[in-house]
Amino acid sequence: MSQEIAILGAGMHPWGKWGKYFVEYGVAAAREALADSGVPWQDVRFVSGAATIRCGYPGYVAGATFAQALGWQGAEVNTSYAACASGSQALAAARTKILSGACDVALVVGADTTPKGFLAPAKGYRPEDPDWVRFYLGVTNPTYFGLYARRRMDLYGDTLEDFAAVKVKNAAIGSKNPRARYQKCFTTEEVAASAMVADPLRLMDICATSDGGAALIVSSVEYAKKIGKGDAPRIAAISTVTPTFASGVVEMPDIATDSAAAAGIEASSYRSSIPLKAYEEAGIGPEDISLAEVYDLSTALELDWIEDLRLAPRGEAAQLLRNGDTSVGGKIPVNASGGLACFGEAVPAQALSQVCELTWQLRGQAGERQVEGARVGITANQGLFGHGSSVIVKR
Amino acid sequence: MSAKPLAPAIDGWHTMDMHQPHLIGTRCIDCGTYFFPKQSSYCRNPACDSTDFEEVELSRTGTIWSYTNACYKPPEPFVAADPFEPYAIAAVQLEQEQMVVLGQVVAGVGVEDLKVGMPMELVLETLYEDEEDTKVTWKWKPRSASGAK
Ligand SMILES: [Zn+2]
Repeated sequence: MSQEIAILGAGMHPWGKWGKYFVEYGVAAAREALADSGVPWQDVRFVSGAATIRCGYPGYVAGATFAQALGWQGAEVNTSYAACASGSQALAAARTKILSGACDVALVVGADTTPKGFLAPAKGYRPEDPDWVRFYLGVTNPTYFGLYARRRMDLYGDTLEDFAAVKVKNAAIGSKNPRARYQKCFTTEEVAASAMVADPLRLMDICATSDGGAALIVSSVEYAKKIGKGDAPRIAAISTVTPTFASGVVEMPDIATDSAAAAGIEASSYRSSIPLKAYEEAGIGPEDISLAEVYDLSTALELDWIEDLRLAPRGEAAQLLRNGDTSVGGKIPVNASGGLACFGEAVPAQALSQVCELTWQLRGQAGERQVEGARVGITANQGLFGHGSSVIVKR
Repeated sequence: MSAKPLAPAIDGWHTMDMHQPHLIGTRCIDCGTYFFPKQSSYCRNPACDSTDFEEVELSRTGTIWSYTNACYKPPEPFVAADPFEPYAIAAVQLEQEQMVVLGQVVAGVGVEDLKVGMPMELVLETLYEDEEDTKVTWKWKPRSASGAK
Protein backbone atom coordinates (compact mmCIF):
# COMPACT_ATOMS: atom_id res chain seq x y z
CA MET A 1 0.00 0.00 0.00
CA SER A 2 3.03 2.23 -0.40
CA GLN A 3 1.44 3.68 -3.53
CA GLU A 4 -1.01 5.79 -1.52
CA ILE A 5 -0.84 9.49 -0.74
CA ALA A 6 -2.82 11.42 1.88
CA ILE A 7 -5.33 14.21 1.27
CA LEU A 8 -4.62 16.82 3.93
CA GLY A 9 -6.83 19.61 2.65
CA ALA A 10 -9.62 20.34 0.20
CA GLY A 11 -11.02 23.66 -0.97
CA MET A 12 -13.39 25.07 -3.58
CA HIS A 13 -14.52 28.45 -4.79
CA PRO A 14 -18.31 28.17 -5.29
CA TRP A 15 -19.37 27.42 -8.89
CA GLY A 16 -21.31 30.10 -10.77
CA LYS A 17 -21.04 32.75 -13.46
CA TRP A 18 -19.09 35.24 -11.40
CA GLY A 19 -17.27 36.84 -14.30
CA LYS A 20 -13.96 37.15 -12.46
CA TYR A 21 -10.54 36.06 -13.76
CA PHE A 22 -9.84 32.34 -13.22
CA VAL A 23 -6.81 33.00 -11.01
CA GLU A 24 -9.06 34.49 -8.34
CA TYR A 25 -11.09 31.27 -8.10
CA GLY A 26 -7.96 29.11 -7.97
CA VAL A 27 -6.35 31.19 -5.25
CA ALA A 28 -9.53 31.12 -3.14
CA ALA A 29 -9.71 27.33 -3.50
CA ALA A 30 -6.00 26.91 -2.73
CA ARG A 31 -6.18 29.10 0.37
CA GLU A 32 -9.18 27.12 1.65
CA ALA A 33 -7.33 23.84 1.04
CA LEU A 34 -4.21 25.16 2.77
CA ALA A 35 -6.22 26.35 5.79
CA ASP A 36 -8.03 22.99 5.89
CA SER A 37 -4.70 21.13 5.88
CA GLY A 38 -2.95 23.31 8.44
CA VAL A 39 0.16 23.20 6.22
CA PRO A 40 1.95 26.56 5.77
CA TRP A 41 2.17 27.66 2.10
CA GLN A 42 5.97 27.80 2.38
CA ASP A 43 6.04 24.05 3.09
CA VAL A 44 4.38 23.18 -0.24
CA ARG A 45 7.22 22.14 -2.56
CA PHE A 46 5.27 21.26 -5.72
CA VAL A 47 2.43 23.16 -7.38
CA SER A 48 0.53 21.11 -9.93
CA GLY A 49 -1.91 23.18 -11.98
CA ALA A 50 -4.71 22.03 -14.27
CA ALA A 51 -4.64 24.25 -17.35
CA THR A 52 -7.44 26.30 -18.85
CA ILE A 53 -7.25 27.08 -22.56
CA ARG A 54 -9.84 29.85 -22.50
CA CYS A 55 -8.22 32.48 -20.33
CA GLY A 56 -5.09 33.38 -22.29
CA TYR A 57 -1.46 32.52 -21.65
CA PRO A 58 -1.66 32.42 -17.82
CA GLY A 59 -4.07 29.50 -18.22
CA TYR A 60 -1.55 27.49 -20.29
CA VAL A 61 1.01 27.73 -17.49
CA ALA A 62 -1.52 27.36 -14.67
CA GLY A 63 0.97 25.83 -12.22
CA ALA A 64 3.27 28.84 -12.40
CA THR A 65 0.35 31.28 -12.50
CA PHE A 66 -1.14 29.97 -9.25
CA ALA A 67 2.31 29.71 -7.59
CA GLN A 68 2.96 33.36 -8.42
CA ALA A 69 -0.48 34.45 -7.23
CA LEU A 70 -0.03 32.66 -3.91
CA GLY A 71 3.46 34.19 -3.62
CA TRP A 72 6.64 32.77 -5.16
CA GLN A 73 8.36 30.63 -2.56
CA GLY A 74 10.63 28.49 -4.75
CA ALA A 75 8.40 25.44 -5.23
CA GLU A 76 8.61 23.38 -8.42
CA VAL A 77 5.70 23.79 -10.82
CA ASN A 78 3.85 21.65 -13.36
CA THR A 79 0.86 22.16 -15.66
CA SER A 80 -1.42 19.45 -17.08
CA TYR A 81 -4.08 19.68 -19.75
CA ALA A 82 -6.51 16.89 -20.59
CA ALA A 83 -9.83 18.71 -20.98
CA CYS A 84 -12.16 17.57 -18.15
CA ALA A 85 -9.57 15.06 -16.93
CA SER A 86 -6.95 17.83 -16.42
CA GLY A 87 -7.40 17.86 -12.64
CA SER A 88 -6.77 14.11 -12.40
CA GLN A 89 -3.63 14.36 -14.49
CA ALA A 90 -2.40 17.23 -12.33
CA LEU A 91 -3.13 15.07 -9.28
CA ALA A 92 -1.28 12.14 -10.88
CA ALA A 93 1.77 14.39 -11.43
CA ALA A 94 1.73 15.34 -7.74
CA ARG A 95 1.40 11.72 -6.68
CA THR A 96 4.38 10.69 -8.82
CA LYS A 97 6.48 13.49 -7.33
CA ILE A 98 5.51 12.50 -3.77
CA LEU A 99 5.92 8.73 -4.25
CA SER A 100 9.34 9.24 -5.86
CA GLY A 101 10.40 11.03 -2.70
CA ALA A 102 11.07 14.31 -4.52
CA CYS A 103 8.67 16.24 -2.27
CA ASP A 104 6.49 15.73 0.82
CA VAL A 105 3.60 18.11 0.17
CA ALA A 106 1.99 19.33 -3.04
CA LEU A 107 -0.81 21.69 -4.03
CA VAL A 108 -3.05 20.58 -6.89
CA VAL A 109 -5.30 23.31 -8.25
CA GLY A 110 -7.54 24.05 -11.22
CA ALA A 111 -9.89 26.91 -12.06
CA ASP A 112 -11.78 28.27 -15.03
CA THR A 113 -13.74 31.23 -16.30
CA THR A 114 -16.08 30.12 -19.07
CA PRO A 115 -17.18 32.19 -22.04
CA LYS A 116 -20.84 32.56 -23.00
CA GLY A 117 -22.50 30.10 -25.43
CA PHE A 118 -21.00 27.21 -27.39
CA LEU A 119 -17.29 26.47 -27.28
CA ALA A 120 -16.61 26.94 -30.99
CA PRO A 121 -13.45 25.64 -32.72
CA ALA A 122 -10.79 27.80 -34.40
CA LYS A 123 -11.88 29.41 -37.69
CA GLY A 124 -10.88 28.74 -41.32
CA TYR A 125 -11.23 25.65 -43.56
CA ARG A 126 -9.51 22.96 -41.48
CA PRO A 127 -10.77 19.45 -42.38
CA GLU A 128 -7.73 17.87 -40.67
CA ASP A 129 -9.18 18.91 -37.27
CA PRO A 130 -11.99 16.55 -36.22
CA ASP A 131 -13.39 19.22 -33.91
CA TRP A 132 -13.76 21.60 -36.88
CA VAL A 133 -15.27 18.86 -39.08
CA ARG A 134 -18.01 17.88 -36.69
CA PHE A 135 -19.18 21.44 -36.05
CA TYR A 136 -19.09 22.12 -39.82
CA LEU A 137 -21.36 19.11 -40.37
CA GLY A 138 -23.69 20.12 -37.53
CA VAL A 139 -22.56 17.76 -34.75
CA THR A 140 -22.36 19.48 -31.33
CA ASN A 141 -21.54 18.13 -27.86
CA PRO A 142 -25.21 17.35 -27.06
CA THR A 143 -25.31 15.22 -30.24
CA TYR A 144 -23.02 12.63 -28.63
CA PHE A 145 -24.99 12.68 -25.36
CA GLY A 146 -28.21 12.27 -27.35
CA LEU A 147 -26.79 9.27 -29.24
CA TYR A 148 -25.78 7.51 -26.02
CA ALA A 149 -29.13 8.28 -24.38
CA ARG A 150 -31.23 7.10 -27.31
CA ARG A 151 -29.22 3.88 -27.51
CA ARG A 152 -30.07 3.20 -23.84
CA MET A 153 -33.76 3.68 -24.60
CA ASP A 154 -33.77 1.35 -27.61
CA LEU A 155 -31.52 -1.31 -26.04
CA TYR A 156 -32.42 -1.29 -22.33
CA GLY A 157 -35.86 0.31 -22.23
CA ASP A 158 -34.77 3.42 -20.30
CA THR A 159 -37.43 6.14 -20.43
CA LEU A 160 -37.57 9.92 -20.50
CA GLU A 161 -38.93 9.69 -16.95
CA ASP A 162 -35.75 7.85 -15.89
CA PHE A 163 -33.54 10.60 -17.31
CA ALA A 164 -35.68 13.26 -15.63
CA ALA A 165 -35.43 11.33 -12.36
CA VAL A 166 -31.64 11.67 -12.45
CA LYS A 167 -32.02 15.46 -12.69
CA VAL A 168 -34.62 15.52 -9.91
CA LYS A 169 -32.38 13.39 -7.66
CA ASN A 170 -29.25 15.46 -8.28
CA ALA A 171 -31.09 18.77 -7.94
CA ALA A 172 -32.60 17.67 -4.61
CA ILE A 173 -29.23 16.83 -3.06
CA GLY A 174 -27.40 19.70 -4.78
CA SER A 175 -29.88 22.13 -3.24
CA LYS A 176 -28.12 21.31 0.03
CA ASN A 177 -24.63 22.04 -1.32
CA PRO A 178 -23.52 25.64 -0.64
CA ARG A 179 -20.76 25.32 -3.28
CA ALA A 180 -23.15 24.35 -6.10
CA ARG A 181 -24.22 26.89 -8.72
CA TYR A 182 -27.83 25.71 -8.86
CA GLN A 183 -29.31 25.10 -5.41
CA LYS A 184 -32.88 24.56 -6.51
CA CYS A 185 -35.13 21.48 -6.54
CA PHE A 186 -36.92 20.51 -9.77
CA THR A 187 -39.82 18.22 -10.56
CA THR A 188 -40.12 15.64 -13.34
CA GLU A 189 -42.75 17.90 -14.92
CA GLU A 190 -40.34 20.84 -14.98
CA VAL A 191 -37.68 18.73 -16.71
CA ALA A 192 -40.27 17.49 -19.23
CA ALA A 193 -41.35 21.07 -19.94
CA SER A 194 -37.84 22.28 -20.80
CA ALA A 195 -36.88 22.62 -24.47
CA MET A 196 -35.68 19.62 -26.48
CA VAL A 197 -31.99 20.03 -27.41
CA ALA A 198 -30.77 16.67 -28.77
CA ASP A 199 -33.56 14.12 -28.68
CA PRO A 200 -34.22 12.50 -26.18
CA LEU A 201 -32.38 15.07 -24.07
CA ARG A 202 -33.88 18.36 -22.98
CA LEU A 203 -32.23 21.51 -21.74
CA MET A 204 -32.49 20.31 -18.13
CA ASP A 205 -30.92 16.94 -18.98
CA ILE A 206 -27.70 18.62 -20.13
CA CYS A 207 -25.17 20.36 -17.91
CA ALA A 208 -24.16 23.99 -18.27
CA THR A 209 -20.64 25.47 -18.16
CA SER A 210 -19.59 27.38 -15.06
CA ASP A 211 -16.82 29.34 -13.41
CA GLY A 212 -15.21 27.61 -10.45
CA GLY A 213 -12.02 26.54 -8.73
CA ALA A 214 -10.96 23.48 -6.72
CA ALA A 215 -7.77 22.55 -4.88
CA LEU A 216 -6.22 19.76 -2.85
CA ILE A 217 -3.24 19.62 -0.51
CA VAL A 218 -1.73 16.13 -0.79
CA SER A 219 1.27 14.58 0.94
CA SER A 220 3.18 11.40 1.60
CA VAL A 221 1.59 9.11 4.18
CA GLU A 222 4.73 9.57 6.36
CA TYR A 223 4.31 13.35 6.31
CA ALA A 224 0.62 13.03 7.20
CA LYS A 225 1.52 10.83 10.18
CA LYS A 226 4.25 13.25 11.23
CA ILE A 227 1.76 16.12 11.51
CA GLY A 228 -0.81 13.94 13.30
CA LYS A 229 -3.05 13.30 10.28
CA GLY A 230 -2.28 9.63 9.71
CA ASP A 231 -6.00 8.90 9.42
CA ALA A 232 -6.59 11.41 6.60
CA PRO A 233 -8.40 10.08 3.50
CA ARG A 234 -6.00 8.60 0.96
CA ILE A 235 -5.78 8.52 -2.80
CA ALA A 236 -5.73 4.77 -3.50
CA ALA A 237 -5.83 4.93 -7.29
CA ILE A 238 -5.65 7.33 -10.22
CA SER A 239 -6.48 5.79 -13.57
CA THR A 240 -6.06 7.60 -16.88
CA VAL A 241 -5.81 4.59 -19.21
CA THR A 242 -6.87 4.83 -22.84
CA PRO A 243 -9.25 2.36 -24.44
CA THR A 244 -7.73 -0.32 -26.67
CA PHE A 245 -7.98 -0.40 -30.44
CA ALA A 246 -10.54 -0.78 -31.94
CA SER A 247 -13.05 1.04 -29.77
CA GLY A 248 -16.60 0.71 -31.07
CA VAL A 249 -18.02 3.81 -29.36
CA VAL A 250 -18.05 7.08 -31.28
CA GLU A 251 -16.46 9.67 -29.01
CA MET A 252 -16.48 13.44 -29.06
CA PRO A 253 -15.20 15.06 -31.28
CA ASP A 254 -14.71 12.22 -33.80
CA ILE A 255 -17.06 11.76 -36.76
CA ALA A 256 -16.33 8.02 -37.00
CA THR A 257 -15.03 5.21 -34.80
CA ASP A 258 -11.98 3.05 -35.33
CA SER A 259 -12.45 0.24 -37.81
CA ALA A 260 -12.39 -3.17 -36.19
CA ALA A 261 -12.08 -4.93 -39.56
CA ALA A 262 -8.51 -6.10 -38.86
CA ALA A 263 -7.92 -5.85 -35.10
CA GLY A 264 -11.33 -7.10 -33.94
CA ILE A 265 -13.71 -5.16 -31.77
CA GLU A 266 -12.64 -4.20 -28.28
CA ALA A 267 -15.92 -4.31 -26.45
CA SER A 268 -14.93 -1.94 -23.68
CA SER A 269 -14.89 1.79 -24.30
CA TYR A 270 -12.53 4.01 -22.31
CA ARG A 271 -15.43 4.62 -19.93
CA SER A 272 -15.34 1.01 -18.84
CA SER A 273 -11.55 0.55 -19.11
CA ILE A 274 -10.72 3.37 -16.72
CA PRO A 275 -12.50 2.04 -13.60
CA LEU A 276 -11.06 -1.45 -14.09
CA LYS A 277 -7.54 -0.10 -13.82
CA ALA A 278 -8.57 2.03 -10.81
CA TYR A 279 -10.06 -0.97 -8.98
CA GLU A 280 -6.98 -3.06 -9.75
CA GLU A 281 -4.62 -0.33 -8.55
CA ALA A 282 -6.58 0.16 -5.31
CA GLY A 283 -6.88 -3.58 -4.75
CA ILE A 284 -10.65 -3.35 -4.27
CA GLY A 285 -13.80 -4.06 -6.25
CA PRO A 286 -17.11 -2.32 -7.01
CA GLU A 287 -18.67 -4.05 -3.97
CA ASP A 288 -16.39 -1.98 -1.71
CA ILE A 289 -17.61 1.40 -3.01
CA SER A 290 -19.65 3.58 -0.62
CA LEU A 291 -20.38 6.39 -3.09
CA ALA A 292 -19.48 7.60 -6.57
CA GLU A 293 -19.05 11.01 -8.19
CA VAL A 294 -19.54 10.61 -11.93
CA TYR A 295 -19.51 12.96 -14.89
CA ASP A 296 -23.20 13.61 -15.59
CA LEU A 297 -22.69 15.77 -18.67
CA SER A 298 -26.18 14.50 -19.35
CA THR A 299 -28.67 12.75 -17.09
CA ALA A 300 -28.50 9.59 -19.22
CA LEU A 301 -24.70 9.58 -19.04
CA GLU A 302 -24.89 9.14 -15.25
CA LEU A 303 -26.61 5.81 -15.93
CA ASP A 304 -23.88 4.77 -18.40
CA TRP A 305 -21.20 5.58 -15.82
CA ILE A 306 -22.95 3.55 -13.11
CA GLU A 307 -22.64 0.51 -15.36
CA ASP A 308 -19.10 1.36 -16.48
CA LEU A 309 -18.10 1.51 -12.79
CA ARG A 310 -19.66 -1.99 -12.41
CA LEU A 311 -22.07 -0.66 -9.77
CA ALA A 312 -24.88 -2.28 -11.80
CA PRO A 313 -24.91 -4.87 -14.59
CA ARG A 314 -25.08 -3.42 -18.12
CA GLY A 315 -28.54 -2.06 -18.82
CA GLU A 316 -29.70 -2.10 -15.19
CA ALA A 317 -28.66 1.33 -13.88
CA ALA A 318 -32.14 2.76 -14.40
CA GLN A 319 -33.56 0.07 -12.13
CA LEU A 320 -31.07 1.07 -9.43
CA LEU A 321 -32.24 4.67 -9.85
CA ARG A 322 -35.93 3.69 -9.69
CA ASN A 323 -35.25 1.75 -6.47
CA GLY A 324 -33.75 4.88 -4.91
CA ASP A 325 -30.43 3.06 -4.52
CA THR A 326 -28.43 5.92 -6.07
CA SER A 327 -29.90 8.61 -3.79
CA VAL A 328 -28.23 9.65 -0.54
CA GLY A 329 -29.63 7.15 1.95
CA GLY A 330 -29.72 4.45 -0.75
CA LYS A 331 -27.35 1.52 -1.26
CA ILE A 332 -24.86 3.28 -3.51
CA PRO A 333 -25.33 7.07 -3.66
CA VAL A 334 -24.20 8.63 -6.95
CA ASN A 335 -23.37 12.33 -7.18
CA ALA A 336 -24.06 13.20 -3.55
CA SER A 337 -22.54 16.60 -4.37
CA GLY A 338 -25.39 17.26 -6.81
CA GLY A 339 -23.10 16.47 -9.74
CA LEU A 340 -22.65 18.51 -12.89
CA ALA A 341 -26.43 18.97 -12.94
CA CYS A 342 -26.03 21.40 -10.04
CA PHE A 343 -22.49 22.62 -10.66
CA GLY A 344 -22.14 23.01 -14.41
CA GLU A 345 -18.80 22.13 -15.87
CA ALA A 346 -15.71 24.16 -14.90
CA VAL A 347 -13.36 22.04 -16.99
CA PRO A 348 -9.96 22.09 -15.21
CA ALA A 349 -11.53 22.22 -11.75
CA GLN A 350 -14.18 19.54 -12.18
CA ALA A 351 -12.12 16.37 -11.60
CA LEU A 352 -10.60 17.97 -8.48
CA SER A 353 -14.01 19.04 -7.17
CA GLN A 354 -15.09 15.39 -7.33
CA VAL A 355 -12.15 14.45 -5.08
CA CYS A 356 -12.97 17.36 -2.74
CA GLU A 357 -16.50 15.98 -2.30
CA LEU A 358 -15.18 12.48 -1.57
CA THR A 359 -12.72 13.94 0.95
CA TRP A 360 -15.49 15.71 2.87
CA GLN A 361 -17.76 12.67 2.65
CA LEU A 362 -15.07 10.31 3.96
CA ARG A 363 -14.32 12.68 6.83
CA GLY A 364 -18.04 12.86 7.70
CA GLN A 365 -18.12 16.61 6.98
CA ALA A 366 -20.72 16.65 4.19
CA GLY A 367 -23.56 17.96 6.38
CA GLU A 368 -27.04 17.28 4.99
CA ARG A 369 -25.47 15.46 2.02
CA GLN A 370 -23.57 13.03 4.23
CA VAL A 371 -23.45 9.40 3.09
CA GLU A 372 -23.49 7.46 6.37
CA GLY A 373 -20.40 5.38 7.02
CA ALA A 374 -18.68 6.36 3.75
CA ARG A 375 -15.33 4.53 3.56
CA VAL A 376 -14.45 4.33 -0.15
CA GLY A 377 -15.41 6.66 -2.98
CA ILE A 378 -14.74 6.59 -6.71
CA THR A 379 -14.80 9.35 -9.32
CA ALA A 380 -15.16 9.13 -13.07
CA ASN A 381 -14.88 11.81 -15.70
CA GLN A 382 -14.12 12.23 -19.35
CA GLY A 383 -11.77 14.28 -21.47
CA LEU A 384 -11.89 14.32 -25.26
CA PHE A 385 -10.93 11.77 -27.93
CA GLY A 386 -11.99 8.86 -25.72
CA HIS A 387 -9.92 9.39 -22.62
CA GLY A 388 -10.77 10.34 -19.09
CA SER A 389 -9.92 9.50 -15.50
CA SER A 390 -11.04 7.74 -12.37
CA VAL A 391 -9.80 8.34 -8.83
CA ILE A 392 -10.41 6.16 -5.76
CA VAL A 393 -10.32 7.75 -2.31
CA LYS A 394 -10.50 5.66 0.86
CA ARG A 395 -10.10 5.91 4.59
CA MET B 1 -32.92 23.42 -55.84
CA SER B 2 -30.99 26.37 -57.19
CA ALA B 3 -29.08 26.32 -60.43
CA LYS B 4 -25.72 26.68 -58.71
CA PRO B 5 -23.17 23.95 -59.44
CA LEU B 6 -22.79 21.19 -56.86
CA ALA B 7 -19.55 21.01 -54.89
CA PRO B 8 -18.51 18.81 -51.98
CA ALA B 9 -18.63 20.53 -48.58
CA ILE B 10 -15.30 18.82 -47.81
CA ASP B 11 -13.07 17.98 -50.78
CA GLY B 12 -12.35 14.32 -51.42
CA TRP B 13 -14.34 12.76 -48.58
CA HIS B 14 -16.99 11.17 -50.82
CA THR B 15 -17.67 10.49 -54.49
CA MET B 16 -19.95 12.93 -56.29
CA ASP B 17 -22.20 10.24 -57.75
CA MET B 18 -25.61 11.67 -56.89
CA HIS B 19 -27.33 8.26 -57.16
CA GLN B 20 -24.92 5.83 -55.48
CA PRO B 21 -22.40 7.93 -53.56
CA HIS B 22 -19.66 6.39 -51.41
CA LEU B 23 -17.54 7.79 -48.62
CA ILE B 24 -13.86 7.68 -49.53
CA GLY B 25 -11.58 6.26 -46.87
CA THR B 26 -8.28 4.46 -46.83
CA ARG B 27 -7.30 0.89 -46.05
CA CYS B 28 -3.99 -0.16 -44.54
CA ILE B 29 -2.17 -2.41 -47.04
CA ASP B 30 -0.54 -4.43 -44.26
CA CYS B 31 -3.33 -5.08 -41.74
CA GLY B 32 -6.53 -4.21 -43.61
CA THR B 33 -7.83 -1.64 -41.12
CA TYR B 34 -10.10 0.99 -42.69
CA PHE B 35 -9.90 4.68 -41.90
CA PHE B 36 -12.44 7.44 -42.31
CA PRO B 37 -11.54 10.26 -42.51
CA LYS B 38 -8.60 9.07 -44.66
CA GLN B 39 -5.41 8.16 -42.88
CA SER B 40 -2.43 7.73 -45.15
CA SER B 41 0.75 8.27 -43.19
CA TYR B 42 0.45 6.02 -40.11
CA CYS B 43 -1.71 3.09 -39.05
CA ARG B 44 -3.53 3.43 -35.72
CA ASN B 45 -3.70 -0.33 -35.17
CA PRO B 46 -1.20 -0.82 -32.28
CA ALA B 47 -0.03 -4.09 -33.85
CA CYS B 48 0.84 -2.43 -37.17
CA ASP B 49 3.50 0.11 -38.18
CA SER B 50 2.56 0.29 -41.84
CA THR B 51 2.90 3.47 -43.87
CA ASP B 52 1.22 2.04 -47.00
CA PHE B 53 -2.43 2.80 -47.63
CA GLU B 54 -4.84 2.54 -50.53
CA GLU B 55 -7.82 4.77 -51.10
CA VAL B 56 -11.09 2.82 -50.98
CA GLU B 57 -14.80 3.51 -51.33
CA LEU B 58 -16.60 2.50 -48.13
CA SER B 59 -19.83 0.51 -48.02
CA ARG B 60 -22.75 2.80 -48.68
CA THR B 61 -25.19 0.88 -46.49
CA GLY B 62 -25.25 -0.01 -42.79
CA THR B 63 -27.45 -0.17 -39.71
CA ILE B 64 -28.22 2.46 -37.07
CA TRP B 65 -26.02 2.32 -33.94
CA SER B 66 -27.92 5.26 -32.48
CA TYR B 67 -29.59 8.53 -33.46
CA THR B 68 -30.57 11.94 -32.16
CA ASN B 69 -31.34 15.39 -33.57
CA ALA B 70 -30.21 19.01 -33.44
CA CYS B 71 -32.99 21.30 -32.25
CA TYR B 72 -30.72 24.34 -31.92
CA LYS B 73 -28.47 25.99 -34.48
CA PRO B 74 -24.86 24.81 -34.07
CA PRO B 75 -22.11 27.45 -33.89
CA GLU B 76 -19.70 28.25 -36.76
CA PRO B 77 -18.24 26.81 -38.90
CA PHE B 78 -21.75 25.34 -39.39
CA VAL B 79 -23.66 27.42 -41.93
CA ALA B 80 -27.32 27.45 -40.95
CA ALA B 81 -30.35 28.12 -43.10
CA ASP B 82 -32.46 31.08 -42.00
CA PRO B 83 -34.72 30.18 -40.31
CA PHE B 84 -32.86 27.22 -38.83
CA GLU B 85 -34.38 23.83 -39.67
CA PRO B 86 -33.81 21.08 -37.06
CA TYR B 87 -32.39 17.84 -38.50
CA ALA B 88 -31.89 14.28 -37.29
CA ILE B 89 -28.42 12.73 -36.92
CA ALA B 90 -27.56 9.04 -37.16
CA ALA B 91 -24.51 6.98 -36.20
CA VAL B 92 -24.44 4.14 -38.72
CA GLN B 93 -22.48 0.92 -38.40
CA LEU B 94 -20.82 -0.32 -41.62
CA GLU B 95 -20.59 -4.10 -41.55
CA GLN B 96 -17.58 -4.78 -43.73
CA GLU B 97 -15.49 -1.92 -42.32
CA GLN B 98 -16.75 -2.52 -38.76
CA MET B 99 -16.89 1.15 -38.01
CA VAL B 100 -19.55 3.69 -37.09
CA VAL B 101 -19.92 6.89 -39.14
CA LEU B 102 -21.92 9.93 -38.03
CA GLY B 103 -23.94 12.04 -40.40
CA GLN B 104 -27.08 14.09 -40.71
CA VAL B 105 -30.23 12.24 -41.73
CA VAL B 106 -31.94 13.43 -44.93
CA ALA B 107 -34.48 16.22 -44.69
CA GLY B 108 -38.00 15.05 -43.90
CA VAL B 109 -36.94 12.11 -41.70
CA GLY B 110 -37.14 12.70 -37.96
CA VAL B 111 -36.10 10.71 -34.88
CA GLU B 112 -39.62 9.27 -34.66
CA ASP B 113 -38.90 7.46 -37.97
CA LEU B 114 -35.65 5.87 -36.71
CA LYS B 115 -34.71 2.88 -34.54
CA VAL B 116 -31.46 1.23 -33.46
CA GLY B 117 -30.66 -1.51 -36.01
CA MET B 118 -32.58 0.09 -38.89
CA PRO B 119 -30.95 -0.31 -42.36
CA MET B 120 -29.68 2.97 -43.83
CA GLU B 121 -28.00 4.08 -47.03
CA LEU B 122 -25.69 6.93 -47.92
CA VAL B 123 -26.96 9.78 -50.10
CA LEU B 124 -25.74 13.27 -50.94
CA GLU B 125 -27.78 16.30 -49.90
CA THR B 126 -27.25 20.03 -49.57
CA LEU B 127 -25.40 21.16 -46.46
CA TYR B 128 -25.56 24.87 -47.37
CA GLU B 129 -25.22 27.24 -50.29
CA ASP B 130 -22.58 29.90 -50.67
CA GLU B 131 -22.18 32.50 -53.41
CA GLU B 132 -20.73 30.12 -56.00
CA ASP B 133 -21.90 26.60 -55.15
CA THR B 134 -24.42 24.37 -53.52
CA LYS B 135 -22.27 22.49 -51.01
CA VAL B 136 -23.34 18.88 -50.63
CA THR B 137 -22.35 16.33 -48.01
CA TRP B 138 -23.16 12.75 -47.10
CA LYS B 139 -26.37 12.06 -45.21
CA TRP B 140 -28.09 8.89 -44.05
CA LYS B 141 -31.46 7.81 -45.41
CA PRO B 142 -33.66 4.88 -44.27
CA ARG B 143 -33.43 2.04 -46.80
CA SER B 144 -37.07 1.13 -46.50
CA ALA B 145 -38.82 3.70 -48.67
CA SER B 146 -41.55 3.97 -46.04
CA GLY B 147 -39.04 5.57 -43.62
CA ALA B 148 -39.01 8.75 -45.68
CA LYS B 149 -42.12 10.86 -45.85
ZN1 LIG C 1 -2.22 -1.35 -40.41
